[in-house]
Amino acid sequence: MANHSDHSHGHDEAHAHGSLKSYIVGFILSIVLTIIPLVVVLNHMLSQLPTILIIMVTAVLQFVVQLFFFMHVRERQGNQPRWNVMALIFGLAIVLVVVSGSIWIMTYNGVGY
Amino acid sequence: MLENLKQFASEFFVTGDPLIYGADVSIGLVTIAIVAGLTYFKKWKWLWRNWLTTVDHKKIGIMYILAAIIMMFRGGVDALMMRTQLAIPNFEFLHPEHYNQVFTTHGVVMILFMAMPFMFGLFNVVVPLQIGARDVAFPYLNSLSFWLFFLGAMLFNLSFVIGGSPDAGWLSYPPLSELQFNPGPGQNFYIWGIQISGIGSLATGINFLVTIIKMRAPGMTMMKMPMFTWSVFATCVIIIFAFPILTVTLALLFLDRFGGGHFFTLDGGGNPMMYINLIWMWGHPEVYIVILPAFGIFSEVVSVFSRKKLFGYTSMVFAMMIIAFVSFFTWAHHFFTMGSGADVNAFFALSTMLIAIPTGVKIFNWLFTMYRGRIRFDLPMLWTVAFIPAFIVGGMTGVLLAVAPADFQYHNSYFLIAHFHQVLIGGVVFGYFAGMYYWWPKMFGFKLNETLGRWSFWFWNIGFYVCFMPQYLLGLMGMTRRVSTFDWDTGWGPLNVVSTVGAYLMGIAFILQAVQIAYSFKYREKDTTGDMWDAHTLEWTIPSPAPEYNFAITPVVDSRDPLWVDKQRRAAGKLPQKDAKPKYEPIHMPSNSGIPIVFSTFFFIAGFGFTFHWVWMGVLGLAGVLACLAARSMNDDEGFYIPAEEVEKTEASLRGTL
Amino acid sequence: MAQAVSQHGHDHAHGHDHGHHDPQELKMLGFWIFLITDVVLFGTLFATYVVLHNNTAGGPTAHEIFEMPGVIAETFILLTSSFTSGLAVLAMNAGKVKQLISWLVVTWILGASFIFLEVDEFIKMVHEGFNYGTSAFATSFFTLVGTHGLHVSMGLGWMLLIMIQLARKGITDVTRGKVNVISLYWHFLDAVWIFLLSVVYLMGVM
Repeated sequence: MANHSDHSHGHDEAHAHGSLKSYIVGFILSIVLTIIPLVVVLNHMLSQLPTILIIMVTAVLQFVVQLFFFMHVRERQGNQPRWNVMALIFGLAIVLVVVSGSIWIMTYNGVGY
Repeated sequence: MLENLKQFASEFFVTGDPLIYGADVSIGLVTIAIVAGLTYFKKWKWLWRNWLTTVDHKKIGIMYILAAIIMMFRGGVDALMMRTQLAIPNFEFLHPEHYNQVFTTHGVVMILFMAMPFMFGLFNVVVPLQIGARDVAFPYLNSLSFWLFFLGAMLFNLSFVIGGSPDAGWLSYPPLSELQFNPGPGQNFYIWGIQISGIGSLATGINFLVTIIKMRAPGMTMMKMPMFTWSVFATCVIIIFAFPILTVTLALLFLDRFGGGHFFTLDGGGNPMMYINLIWMWGHPEVYIVILPAFGIFSEVVSVFSRKKLFGYTSMVFAMMIIAFVSFFTWAHHFFTMGSGADVNAFFALSTMLIAIPTGVKIFNWLFTMYRGRIRFDLPMLWTVAFIPAFIVGGMTGVLLAVAPADFQYHNSYFLIAHFHQVLIGGVVFGYFAGMYYWWPKMFGFKLNETLGRWSFWFWNIGFYVCFMPQYLLGLMGMTRRVSTFDWDTGWGPLNVVSTVGAYLMGIAFILQAVQIAYSFKYREKDTTGDMWDAHTLEWTIPSPAPEYNFAITPVVDSRDPLWVDKQRRAAGKLPQKDAKPKYEPIHMPSNSGIPIVFSTFFFIAGFGFTFHWVWMGVLGLAGVLACLAARSMNDDEGFYIPAEEVEKTEASLRGTL
Repeated sequence: MAQAVSQHGHDHAHGHDHGHHDPQELKMLGFWIFLITDVVLFGTLFATYVVLHNNTAGGPTAHEIFEMPGVIAETFILLTSSFTSGLAVLAMNAGKVKQLISWLVVTWILGASFIFLEVDEFIKMVHEGFNYGTSAFATSFFTLVGTHGLHVSMGLGWMLLIMIQLARKGITDVTRGKVNVISLYWHFLDAVWIFLLSVVYLMGVM
């Protein structure tokens, strides 16, 4: 309960919700991670497969940056389980199933244009 | 002018069928009777204050269950019409087009507007009480969920008399459901009715998940939660991941029909297969959504009526969570015949068989719970015992269907129809009945009549087997689903007659239940104990029906069956016979709100407008929806407190210790 | 269980009874779960786009129709707005109402310019003969990107309401919760856009 009263009275807030520094680091990282694939794609620097890899890896990294530096996914209330992280992981797993499953199932079902 | 109006009316209202004229008249009369009755007895204000604007989970639960029973009547009438049409070869009771509409609405109504609300009703009535909470996490959202469901269901049902019912099957596969082949408004009713109620379902999933995670009584760790609450937790996990897929799929179909898109059309590069792929990604988890709470109910009932603790609690929990996860990996078994290749079919056949394992674990757990228990066969237990053989047969035919090569024979035959009715009636409906009988005293403060209940039980069960066992054979004989009639020389005649007789037996059983409810209301004996079944869990520690604040004092829990353990401790003299007089404190309550019903009505208006391509009306409705959202955001109402003295007074009068 | 009850209800700082939970904490978790349902919603739209994106039915392909300069501008605008919405939260935690509202205004303007550019891009496409019903590719493209745009627009309206409440009431427990929630929403929309940029635009033009 002690944790609660801190929470609503604003002590420790800067610490709990990230600092200016973490926001700036996050911002710079996400700009860098956006520029890398843009440069690679627009200048046609690599062949198809490595390009796709770079696009996806930087996108995922950027998502992680948003999660940690902006959305503060590491925060937790007291010693409760991290329900939000569990839900997120499950949700991402389902999205992966939906996307890859659809691609797999539809491979031989394209109407071919 | 008059001619135009006539022309409009003949297109707007469904005409030409005496059955529908009859329905028109009866709907009109019932509406007039309700309005007149409410006005005559001056009950409008009472209705608005106590029910339409309520945020009390117990009342919302009762409204859900009432709506579910009404929808069961509607879906049941559809079923009986179909069985009548199929009773005799070459029978001309329903036109083929009408038959298409009837099987479509039967499926939609039974799954989405009967099973789902029945389930949500039980969630609402039970979960907060079972975990020792004062309410759900978001009472306002809870009310919104109910009204979205209700008005969505009403929009769908409206299609019966206005515009025409949808007729492309309960999942509305394109291209049949596309504008090209289905230009009427029926399909739009389908999309909007399900879409609106689906948003409500999604919100309920979020609401109960947060409720269970955050609002458990002190001491109730996750592994001390009652099994029904666990099943609700697992179900909500499935809901929040499955329902967004439904929302998208229906929206895409709507965009095809309304916006000229090409997702699932035959031209423009669209691909109807993609719809089938997407809808089953929701559709298969959906069947686990409705069955898991039934499993939870059986677990509660089995242990209470065997006077034992539940056997294998931990394995039950794991089985449930595994089912929740694996249910997202089996969807393609609904379309093995689509031609996705041997790899895909092999994977999904395997995953489907895999999911039968945790289900089997649960069956054994229930049997072991009964083993050497002192079993009481009250109505809830009766339905539980009836469930086990029904579900075993249904489950095994399910595994037969999961064998991909064999499925090319069973696909869309009556074998499939018999299978899923067996698991859905034998599992879901039996389960919800068990739950309804079990928690009825908690909702209303009296038990339902036992004798009438037994009559209804036997009619249901005998009718069930008489109806569906012949359908397995019919399927093997080659009868396919959705045929509106057949010829004498098919040889399907005799078994179809038998099946129809079974359907009517279930119809009689339903009427008996209605009589049972009415009779029990009239001759009710008020419960004074709050614990009519000698039960195990927290909801039975408070008076029946529960006061609006549920628990005057927040309970503290130290075991899985807190009430059961306390009763044993009391009997052993380890606890005093009577609690010391507790010190009451003011209780915070949320205020009622009229926004949910207004919000949902605007959504209804929007859906109706888009159904008929009246864009002005659709936009007006959506504007109303946005206005309601804004009104809610700007609202500062923080609820009110019930003073401690009032709590004390209520408790004293309810517990009879004044 | 009743015997152990009496000591509860006193240790709570606000004098609430124990059964009553911190509403802001509940809302934050509820909203987080809602965002995850939104992740699944976008995931389904992505799946549809990926499956259908080669079905151009003789209409323009991704290569022919995407104009990267506009998209790059949109990307950096949205990225920056995600950053400024974070700064708004920092200002709120420091208790500075005016600074908080100013950062929200900056975020709002950035969001609105994002929408402006996106609508402009769509209009240009339609002028080039690439409209909603051109092909399965067009339909799934407009639907996927448009759904994101709709989310941003809803966010703009909502942010306006929150700014009004902040101006009226200042920083209270309730408004604090609302600012936290909208900034979470805003970061989420930025994350979705990154995948739109990657899967739709970058893979489209590579």
